[in-house]
Amino acid sequence: MEIWSLPFSPSQRAKLLSAGYTYLHSFSHLSPSALAAGAQTAWDILCEDRTMNHITTSCEDLDGILGGGISCKEITEVGGVPGIGKTQLGIQLAVNVQIPVEYGGLGGKAIYVDTEGSFMVERAFQIAESCIQDIMDKVLQTDDVGVCQENLHVNAILANIFYFRICSYTEQIAVVNYLEKFISAQKDVKIIIIDSVTFHFRQDFDDLALRTRVLSALAQKMMKLAKKFNLAVVLLNQVTTKCTDGSFQLTLALGESWSHACTNRIILYWKGNERCAYLDKSPSLPLSAAPFSVTTKGIRSVASSCKRMRTT
Amino acid sequence: MLLLSFQALSLMENHVKNDYLGGHLPTRLKGLDDALCGGIPFGALTELVGPAGIGKTQFCLKLSLLAALPTSYGGLDGCAIYIDTESKFNSRRLIEIAENSFPEIFHLKGMAQKLAGRIVVLRPTSLTEFTESLQQIKLSLLQHRVKLLLIDSMAALLSNECEWDQKASRQDSLGWHMSFLKSLSEFSRIPVVVTNQVRAQSSDYASSYPFQVHVRDQSIRNSERSESHLVGALGFNWAHAVNIRLILEAHSGKRFIKVAKSPISPPLAFPYFVSSSGITLETDNGIEVAGPDINTIRCQGMVLRIP
Repeated sequence: MEIWSLPFSPSQRAKLLSAGYTYLHSFSHLSPSALAAGAQTAWDILCEDRTMNHITTSCEDLDGILGGGISCKEITEVGGVPGIGKTQLGIQLAVNVQIPVEYGGLGGKAIYVDTEGSFMVERAFQIAESCIQDIMDKVLQTDDVGVCQENLHVNAILANIFYFRICSYTEQIAVVNYLEKFISAQKDVKIIIIDSVTFHFRQDFDDLALRTRVLSALAQKMMKLAKKFNLAVVLLNQVTTKCTDGSFQLTLALGESWSHACTNRIILYWKGNERCAYLDKSPSLPLSAAPFSVTTKGIRSVASSCKRMRTT
Repeated sequence: MLLLSFQALSLMENHVKNDYLGGHLPTRLKGLDDALCGGIPFGALTELVGPAGIGKTQFCLKLSLLAALPTSYGGLDGCAIYIDTESKFNSRRLIEIAENSFPEIFHLKGMAQKLAGRIVVLRPTSLTEFTESLQQIKLSLLQHRVKLLLIDSMAALLSNECEWDQKASRQDSLGWHMSFLKSLSEFSRIPVVVTNQVRAQSSDYASSYPFQVHVRDQSIRNSERSESHLVGALGFNWAHAVNIRLILEAHSGKRFIKVAKSPISPPLAFPYFVSSSGITLETDNGIEVAGPDINTIRCQGMVLRIP
């Protein structure tokens, strides 16, 4: 029996036709979830979540409040005042994602989209070196030192960070559109970091409504990438001031609408003389704070004794 | 639109191969150069911020000389463009610094003329003139082997413009200039140094987030002290955009140069003084400044004279 003869409303009929069903028998045996293409039951999602990957930040306290680290398949926004360590965290994650699976990492590659020119290769080199050193220290306790030394090399880590330098918001939109093709070709990309997502959107837009639309389209594309390729998306954001109840407070830039776009939000701030990270938004974890420090080796816990000293 | 992706590894190899002196302009202040992994980096925007008379122009004069020096003396052997918006550039002082810092070079015949001839001074009197000069600079960058761009100071132009009364349009203009300077520095791989003024912390200065309840209560109590707190004049946007921020401040009877924001340096402060040879560090061992104090700008206890 053809669809035309069945008592469907015009919109339902149109949807069935566009999904490719023209006869009753082609879909009469399907379950509701199969008809709604791409739907999953909550149980399926729970099983998937149990195997969800996390990328460590190299700071145990920070990993703790994040449930193990930065989650894949989600967009995490990281914001803070200038100099607090957003770029440092970005570079640390770009290195940590490459930790081989046998040492607790994802063994993946990183894409670093730099809109401000803050990515300094010398610093990435330093952080990569220290990351390898930390792995070697752990491995020394077992017998695999030789194998480990062969496989881990700073140059290999740097070679797996794909760097895009973006100079306008149009380039930013273009690169996000291009990433799907790039990641399909590259394979194994497990993290995309945009540093920062704000820079070009803060000055060139007169029409704020347009800016909101463009940004939410961008966020949706990133979300699609995150889910399709099972990777983590980290967006670094700047701060601005907002007037609430007569007093001025700090808040992340790009406005109220943007603040809905990300799955998780971490705010980096100064607490006295210590750097802290506050988990400001998360669908499953309690909002909490953790201290961290920026050392010569990269992001580390505060308890660690290697405070950042001048480099010689 | 061509989208280029680089592996971070090839970036590093390019820098090592192509940049003079490994991609940094040494300032000849050993402690500072060590902290900055070699000196003022190429391809990045470096800001010098501090109260009036603290020594920003002196630092800029020295940097322009260093760019002009031949490579055998640790310079970049090229031209420096000095955009002077406050008419602070003083050639006699430049020659004095040169003679006292590099006596062995400057006594060679004709050297002073050659090196001073490599420093091009522009004096735009309005924001539009400044914008035009920037665009012309872009064109002549390759032809004249420009190795350094100095803007002293950025804030003066933006605060002088009467028509830019609204904060929004000022921010837009600043935003355009920020992007332009960054792209200029990156595509020609030169250091760009910009000086910034300071202003008093205004009542709309925010220092805490909504979730930091206890900090807010404390700041209400501390509000009487805010008059002595200085902040950079160009605002948050600018502070985010610069890659390296060097703060010059005065307290406890001394002047300090602090590395306040830098992806590659620890937060260090170096005491310095202004002498006949420009800026000299009192010690090459910086004082590590923990916490947000690295970002404060103080001007206490010094009578600052503009030389």
